Amino acid sequence: MVQDMIIKDQAEKAQDHADDCVVKVRGLHNQFGSLVVHHDLDLDVRRGDILGVVGGSGTGKSVLLQSIIGLHKPNAGKIEVAGRDQALLSDEDKKAARREWGVLFQEGALFSSLTVAQNVQVPLREYFDLSPRLMNEIAAYKIAMVGLPAHAGPKYPSELSGGMKRRAGLARALALDPDLVFLDEPTAGLDPIGAAAFDQMILELRDTLGLTVFLITHDMDTLFTSCDRIAVLAERKVIITGTIEELLAFDHPWVREYFHGPRSRAAQKARRRVE
Amino acid sequence: MSGVGQETIEEPGLEIDGHGDVLRLVARGSWLIETASRLEDIVARVQPMAQNRAEIDLCQVAALDTVGAWLVHRLQLQLDAVQVKTVFRFGNDKQKRIVEHICKSDAYCDVEPPRESALLKLVEDVGIATVTIIVNFGALLSFLGNVFGRLSRSILDPRRIRLTPLVYQMEVVGLRSMPIVGLISFLIGAVIVNQGAVQLRQFGAEILVADLVSIGVLRELGVLLTSVIVAGRSGSAFAAQIGSMVMREEVDAMKALGINPIDVLVLPRIVALALVLPLLTFFSDVMGLIGGALMAWFTLDITPSQFLNRMSDLSLLNELYIGLIKSFFFAGVISVSGCFQGLSVHGTAESLGRNTTAAVVESIFLVIVLDAFFAMFFTTIGW
Repeated sequence: MVQDMIIKDQAEKAQDHADDCVVKVRGLHNQFGSLVVHHDLDLDVRRGDILGVVGGSGTGKSVLLQSIIGLHKPNAGKIEVAGRDQALLSDEDKKAARREWGVLFQEGALFSSLTVAQNVQVPLREYFDLSPRLMNEIAAYKIAMVGLPAHAGPKYPSELSGGMKRRAGLARALALDPDLVFLDEPTAGLDPIGAAAFDQMILELRDTLGLTVFLITHDMDTLFTSCDRIAVLAERKVIITGTIEELLAFDHPWVREYFHGPRSRAAQKARRRVE
Repeated sequence: MSGVGQETIEEPGLEIDGHGDVLRLVARGSWLIETASRLEDIVARVQPMAQNRAEIDLCQVAALDTVGAWLVHRLQLQLDAVQVKTVFRFGNDKQKRIVEHICKSDAYCDVEPPRESALLKLVEDVGIATVTIIVNFGALLSFLGNVFGRLSRSILDPRRIRLTPLVYQMEVVGLRSMPIVGLISFLIGAVIVNQGAVQLRQFGAEILVADLVSIGVLRELGVLLTSVIVAGRSGSAFAAQIGSMVMREEVDAMKALGINPIDVLVLPRIVALALVLPLLTFFSDVMGLIGGALMAWFTLDITPSQFLNRMSDLSLLNELYIGLIKSFFFAGVISVSGCFQGLSVHGTAESLGRNTTAAVVESIFLVIVLDAFFAMFFTTIGW
């Protein structure tokens, strides 16, 4: 099966580079009671991209994320991650597939009874049998990689600030070197300096580790500085996926209001100044 | 490194070529987390030779992730320690980026907070516990003072009493716990008669089960059972409700709006329980006696009228009063510890759980201790 996938992978690559999608969602339908959240939703996340997902409150950004990572079973639709249909996996394969992505939940969702370093080691312990020395070294460099100081390692989550919790959560999400990371509003509630630093770190990690990033955000600065492409959720589906320039030119009332509002203009101006 | 699961893992290796004036280390295969254990052995086995320069060649490496890169870095550190200078040869840009990034991220960090010596820890724990007890006692006293202050103000000016929450609490605490209180009292009354009869039959004094069950239930069991059930049911609910409001800053919002949380949250609960627990106790007494009488009828052929006759020979009014007086105090203990624990919740969900448990344990404990004091007191005054 592995061989087949490699062949298929290469075939796809040869066929069309733009078709190299890590996540492929087709015809997703999600419904709670009579409330339809998603209907016939399609989404592609290209390899190596940072895809920003935006949408008004209640448009189902988090539900989309939960559907992709298997925390919510969609009512209908097909979800492929790394070429595998998530609905068809056996429990064993599902566990193996979980290794290929990391998730940073809002607020980090660290295990409160474990220190930051132990949190990073949880996935290592779960999937591998490594020597204690190597485990500690891995935890230490992951913590350094996400820009946390070394003294954060032996601290418990309750002793950390919001920004540090996010970084620690990201260190745990990156513990198994995933190719794909899901970030749920990583900069919400951070001060502008902390948020900007987080954006930079995401960019840097993407470039060094070759990550693909699925990023839910409301932060205009994040959208302008780090996202390669942006998917807009509205009217129960993804109405457009494109670069920021494409979105600025796109004619849809919500998109126009969103990207031509005062906050967006401020962020654009700031970016121009940086460039 | 595209898709960890999609790669075939090759056996890793390290060829050592010590012939030139530069020690050449050629890495092969997959340097991944999957092969980390083998790689650790391989790296540990590398011995420095005569050369004081080394080259680590990664061109033959099929796959490299950050763990593999870390082990490359560890190899470099190992050679550094014996004064061997190392340079890397990378097969591609990606390897270079990862290895350089890892070298940059080399920082030791502790995994757990430093452990103190056991003796020191013991002393510290005892100290913390002592201070906590004193501080909590002080907080409880100030809470009680606060409650009595607000309570007397409300009694002097009854318009201040918030009727809606009071009635609501009476319904939740009193009316809705009647089924469980009634059922348990009924069963306990029946069990006492059943078990008592076995003993009393030996003396041919089966009719005395009426004394046993009526005194036992009215004086002790009715009120104790009711208090324990209410502590478990409502004491915990008080702590959890108020605690979660503290967590969501609702209590702070009240204070900011000039509303005293004691008036709104605590007093209705305390007053409701003080009104309702004696009623519940009376109900429990009645159900216990019914259970006892029915059991006596079915198993001992003592008719209900015989049972009642026997009961009316005893002066049971005192027993009933004792139970009801006690229930009033137990109500205070349960509601005060529930509300106090709820208001002492700090921030985390963990503390909410801890305080809810504490409210129940504390109130049941205090109810039983208080009951022991009452037993001595009433015996002394001859009731």
